[in-house]
Amino acid sequence: MKIRSIPTWLKALAFFAVVAVVLYVVFSQGLLTEYWQQIILAGTILAISALGLNLKYGYAGLFAIGHAAFYGIGAYSSALVTKDWTTKWSGSPVGGLAGLVGIEAGFIAAVAVISLLDIGHRRRALKERLEEIISPFESSVLTTTLTILVAGAILVVVGGGVGWLARRAVLAVVPPLLGGLPMAVSQQIIFFIALIAGAVLAALIGFVVGLPLLNLTYDYLCIATLGFGIVTYVFFNNADQLIPTMKGARGMVGIPKLTTWPWVLGAFAVAIIVMRNFIYSSTGRAILAVRDDLIAADTMGINSYQYKVLAYTVGCAYAGLAGGLYAHLYAFLHPSNFTWLKSIDPFVMVVFGGVGSMTGTTMGAYVFVTLLEGLRVLPAELIDWRYVIYPLILLFVMLFRPQGIMGTNELGFLKRPKSVSDEPDEAPESTASASDG
Amino acid sequence: MAQSNGNSTVLKIDGLTKFFGGLRAVHDFEVDIKEGELVGLIGPNGAGKTTIFNMITGIYPVSSGTVVFKKHNITDLPAHEVTHLGIGRTFQNIRIFPNLTVLDNVRVAYHSHASYGVFDGILRSRRFGRGEKEMTDRAMQFLSVFGLEKYQDSLAANLPYGEQRRMEIARALATEPDLLLLDEPAAGMNPGEIVELMELIHFIRDRFDLTILLIEHQMRVVMGVCEWITVIDFGEIIARGTPQEIRDNPRVVEAYLGSRAAEELQ
Repeated sequence: MKIRSIPTWLKALAFFAVVAVVLYVVFSQGLLTEYWQQIILAGTILAISALGLNLKYGYAGLFAIGHAAFYGIGAYSSALVTKDWTTKWSGSPVGGLAGLVGIEAGFIAAVAVISLLDIGHRRRALKERLEEIISPFESSVLTTTLTILVAGAILVVVGGGVGWLARRAVLAVVPPLLGGLPMAVSQQIIFFIALIAGAVLAALIGFVVGLPLLNLTYDYLCIATLGFGIVTYVFFNNADQLIPTMKGARGMVGIPKLTTWPWVLGAFAVAIIVMRNFIYSSTGRAILAVRDDLIAADTMGINSYQYKVLAYTVGCAYAGLAGGLYAHLYAFLHPSNFTWLKSIDPFVMVVFGGVGSMTGTTMGAYVFVTLLEGLRVLPAELIDWRYVIYPLILLFVMLFRPQGIMGTNELGFLKRPKSVSDEPDEAPESTASASDG
Repeated sequence: MAQSNGNSTVLKIDGLTKFFGGLRAVHDFEVDIKEGELVGLIGPNGAGKTTIFNMITGIYPVSSGTVVFKKHNITDLPAHEVTHLGIGRTFQNIRIFPNLTVLDNVRVAYHSHASYGVFDGILRSRRFGRGEKEMTDRAMQFLSVFGLEKYQDSLAANLPYGEQRRMEIARALATEPDLLLLDEPAAGMNPGEIVELMELIHFIRDRFDLTILLIEHQMRVVMGVCEWITVIDFGEIIARGTPQEIRDNPRVVEAYLGSRAAEELQ
């Protein structure tokens, strides 16, 4: 490399600038019908969700069904926040937000305290000491019970306390801060907060679900996460018992239509750049190593379980973010959109595009939406053939290109940085100088 | 600081026993390895050698007995914590990360020494740049020691077999171990490669100040490389001594060749 190549961040910036201009022209000039505009937005939203699944399945090798549950969690929770702000159904305009933030802050605080106290190691030390007095089995039962009690107490006391404080803080701070602004403006700010809160909730639930399940492998993990997907679906169906506005099986209505192309493009840009930087870092390499060979990864000093939980949690956050955008695109949520069968959709996108490829996953999402929705333009007498054409295309792609459109390749700024990362100020080209040790 | 205090114990194993259900794979194994030593562990197929390695490195839980590494009791530690304390290993059937590049295979081993966190990576902070460069430089050093730098960007799966074995050793060294466990490093190598390997083992021992415990089938490797040898059969120690002593030990010959052959040789 004699000439310094274009920095990656510049490539990304240029790419998204061009896309933004194109979308602006398309959307403001009405070059496409509203139907096709929706398809573009829906495809991008699904791409974000599929990127999350690609992290779980493609990068971390976790065969987990149940992505749609996290998509739904993000959708419903963010919809509750924005609807609350618009219609004040909970009395206070930020009741929904305050509750959500309270749960999240309390939970994060409790987990932080538990991990800071290093309970696992303390348990092991206590168990060893007890084994001098009582049998290993008794000491195991005793220390395990004690650990659960202590963790539970921390969850209640620290989690409850911090959660209550956070809830009070939101109730006290947000209404006076945003109440003076015109609705159109404050709604956008609340929407932004709601998207993040929805993604965080999906991540936290993913974390809790992942902790016990991620020791399982392959089909066992698949069945276990499938169970979670079904539980969530049943919950959505009966959610009106708990939160009346979720309307359960009748479907939630009255969500403000806030998802516009700048939001979608912005979220996608952040999602894919974060994913790229994450995977091309030491942490990302650790995740890939765990996928390739779990035992070897452990032997390299990587706590493989921890990295599986990390990948799963971040993947769920992506699903939650996409769900939030989806909720505000169609302004209507129905539990049937989040059944476990819908968890297959992102799998189709990832496998079709290329397992372990961000470019491929994104392409897969657009192909999926275009085939399923775009084929509606067929004449009325052929429209039902969609479900023949679409599976046939999948079938032939898998037969003739089993690795997906992209395989594991990437395009443009998503390409793997060459051995010496091109990020630092001056990149010395692959100095193989190992003169001294 | 080379082997100045070459007499302190690095690894001490006592009464190590492993049951797989009713099968006793290893029984009452013991070993005491001093700093800087190069020790061989040999025995016929199925004698329990790899099981011992898996117990030392925390991959298998120990049924009974203790493993002490440099004054730490590592008997019940999980694999990644054993590695952090300074035990590196290779595997009998190589376990590389096939879909990672050769460089990344070695950089992964440096992960626990990474000087930046998840958010530095996502935000591409200066700390990330420095940390990544440091990791890359060190990994490249290991690759060049093993003559693998020309493969740095190719996928590990595409390397020839012998190079994969070498890369696995490079990767184990990158975890910065004090004790290196090599599980049949010469498996599948031709005679020329074996000579090279024997030189390499001596070289890395001296260059990285290592203590090495080696499992091997190929007698010429064990006899040519190890300073002393422990022989096990059916999970039990049957002999211990210098290569010469082992060669002349009738129980060893019997274990390898059967009792008839041993008698005939005598």
